[in-house]
Amino acid sequence: MQLSVKHLLGIRDLTRQDIQIILDTATQFKEVLQRPIKKVPSLRDVTIVNLFFENSTRTRISFELAEKRLSADTINFTASASSVSKGETLLDTVNNILSMKVDMVVMRHSASGAPHFLAQHIPAAIVNAGDGINEHPTQGLLDAFSMREKLGRLEGLKVAIIGDIMHSRVAMSNIYLLKKMGAEVMVAGPPTLIPKYIQEAFDIRVEYNLKKALEWCDVANVLRIQLERQNQVLFSSLREYSLAYGINKRLLDSLDKRIVIMHPGPINRGVELDSDAADSNQSIILQQVENGVAVRMAVLYLLSGGREQV
Amino acid sequence: MKTILNEQQLAITIRRLSHQVLENNIDLDNTIFIGIQPRGIFVSDQMIQVIRQLAPPEKVKYGKLDITFYRDDIRNQLHVPNQTDIPFSIENKNVVIIDDVLYTGRTIRAALDALLDFGRPAKVELCVLIDRRFSRQLPIQPDYTGRSIDSIISQKVKVFWKERDGKEEVVLL
Repeated sequence: MQLSVKHLLGIRDLTRQDIQIILDTATQFKEVLQRPIKKVPSLRDVTIVNLFFENSTRTRISFELAEKRLSADTINFTASASSVSKGETLLDTVNNILSMKVDMVVMRHSASGAPHFLAQHIPAAIVNAGDGINEHPTQGLLDAFSMREKLGRLEGLKVAIIGDIMHSRVAMSNIYLLKKMGAEVMVAGPPTLIPKYIQEAFDIRVEYNLKKALEWCDVANVLRIQLERQNQVLFSSLREYSLAYGINKRLLDSLDKRIVIMHPGPINRGVELDSDAADSNQSIILQQVENGVAVRMAVLYLLSGGREQV
Repeated sequence: MKTILNEQQLAITIRRLSHQVLENNIDLDNTIFIGIQPRGIFVSDQMIQVIRQLAPPEKVKYGKLDITFYRDDIRNQLHVPNQTDIPFSIENKNVVIIDDVLYTGRTIRAALDALLDFGRPAKVELCVLIDRRFSRQLPIQPDYTGRSIDSIISQKVKVFWKERDGKEEVVLL
């Protein structure tokens, strides 16, 4: 068995079987992470560079841990502390790094499509760790992994993605993945934050009323309001957003069922999610982070294998 | 195609192996049985059934080990892992590794590496259903052998199991 892709640029390019293989492999890596020695020698001969052109805490630490747990050698690269600030182009930067015998590239970039561009020009396997407002495939995979782990299935699951859909690469990866795996998807939020043609494009539900969305779903994946990507005023104030679309414990208790709360982090506490909901036992936010390492181990492992066919 | 063990012989051999292993590891508090994924599990499942009839069943500790991440040919071909399930400490215990066919010894080398990540066992023994002697690439020998056979590289040993293949038999192809 093998993945149908050489790079992980987006969930869009994956087949249902690819996703299945990655999630199943991640299950085994999760077991590895419970062992006294949480490390396997699989990628002993692989060097991986983490290219982060954009800030990140979780994703970066998670990738780095995943690489170390697989025994890979890692190099970290931060754009702000590099020659990028001297005007070097993306391709030059990467080619220079690759000439030092690097096998895989994990990349985050603020421009959508940056990893796709690189994939056309360099021989190394590329893992997209988030590109602009396009995709964040490993987040989509770990969200799906966490849902499957918590509720036992993806098929037929009702998932509401709530908040800033317009600027969210997490939303894109989630939608692609959940649709491929047979889940029902709804996006919810203020009309200004939901792309106009999303319903037709993806065959998903759109809801502007938070309460209705929560009453419909089994899982609510709450997204962060990405103020840094908004260059026009899309809602009048954070306080108003919070009043209309903020999720708190009182709202969750008013539903006639217990839904699962997810968030890709970082949380704007008191904006999209109140502390009493984020820290409640309905939330699996910290399990998501834990699963992230296993899922990224699976991705790196599967993309590193079978390179040299004999 | 030559039959090495037919269904009846296979059942008898598994019973004998179970008795032998138990004879040497009568102190079950300090013994752990580990089947190697994926194919060793068929042997170990049956052996554990026999052992649980011979000894207090709740004292028999049985785990499963997948060695995919420890293979030395991981770069040649991609392998999708199976489940590892060792829900107890192996620290200072006697571990009996159970597999179906011992050939080059590379799987067992990987299994030993994998096992050490779970702790430091007092002793490790190896029990195999079929030993393809004279074809080893590493200095590894079994402690318990179902049947030793002489074979050449181009030949293949195939073990059929009822639950998977509908028949129970070991053949040389």
